[in-house]
Amino acid sequence: MHEMSIAQGLIDILHEEMSKYRAERLRRVKVRIGELSGVVPEALSFCFNVIVEGTELDGARLELERVPLEGRCRACGACFRIRNYAFQCPECGDASIEIVSGRELSIVEMEVDEEGGNE
Amino acid sequence: MKIAVVRDILDANERIARENRRLFDRKGLLVMNLMSSPGAGKTSLLEQTIEALGGDLRLGVIEGDIQSSKDAERIARRGVQVVQINTGGACHLDGNMIRDALDALDLDRMDLLVVENVGNLVCPAEFHVGEDFKAMILSVTEGEDKPAKYPLMFRESKVLVINKIDLLPYLDCSVEQIREEALRVNPELVLFEVSCKTGEGLDRWVEWLKETTLARRPPLE
Repeated sequence: MHEMSIAQGLIDILHEEMSKYRAERLRRVKVRIGELSGVVPEALSFCFNVIVEGTELDGARLELERVPLEGRCRACGACFRIRNYAFQCPECGDASIEIVSGRELSIVEMEVDEEGGNE
Repeated sequence: MKIAVVRDILDANERIARENRRLFDRKGLLVMNLMSSPGAGKTSLLEQTIEALGGDLRLGVIEGDIQSSKDAERIARRGVQVVQINTGGACHLDGNMIRDALDALDLDRMDLLVVENVGNLVCPAEFHVGEDFKAMILSVTEGEDKPAKYPLMFRESKVLVINKIDLLPYLDCSVEQIREEALRVNPELVLFEVSCKTGEGLDRWVEWLKETTLARRPPLE
């Protein structure tokens, strides 16, 4: 259960970005979670909501986007979806596969109200 | 207002891990992050490894546990530098905990630093601590389905030590099955089969560890 430390890391970044943009309220944040990251989306949502409760981030919506695991074959260059964590090229059978996506754990977008703004 | 920000959530930890790594590089130290589920034999493997090395390498150990200093006591009895981290509930070690623990160790009198992570097949795989490589142990009693169930850890590891092979006669699973499943997730895994109980297979593992440590980069200062 490391989702609590991940949620805390996420919130630290949100605070930093909000003060950078002089934002007053966070409406929404979008986070990408790769299929191969060791994070359970439901657990992350739960931890996020627990931490922000009663703080200035309370009420912010956490949007989670799953990113499928995809690889590129180092031998023949084929790109493909990796299913069942089988790291083998469906085209040439080579097992040397570079991960192209699926390891993400990142914030990609925030929606905020600026200070003094009354949207 | 919409703000497009692309920031890695683990970035704060990555930064500290990189700082740790720079320090290890300056000291010419090889650092292994050792992971497994609880009870797979991390501390036993370390005890046997220290014994077999017999002073050929100067070892240091950081012991990570949620509670207790039992593992550090076991290692200290073998006469190597050791420091215990109690995470107090956290399921993994991170860069910051390692940085704090380093104060208790003399890195100038060390060739190899082993970070024994908290017993857990999930979370430790996600946090770098500044290591050169991750190694994991899977004991045969855990079954051959673990690589498919916990792919990230098998994928992140450079080495897999299959432990407790002395128990194979009593089990339905085979080492071949475990090897096959592990290599499916990570074909580049370096595999060892050992029994910390009988000592079988340990010589090959210790030889590899010795060679890898001696091939490390020289200290920068």
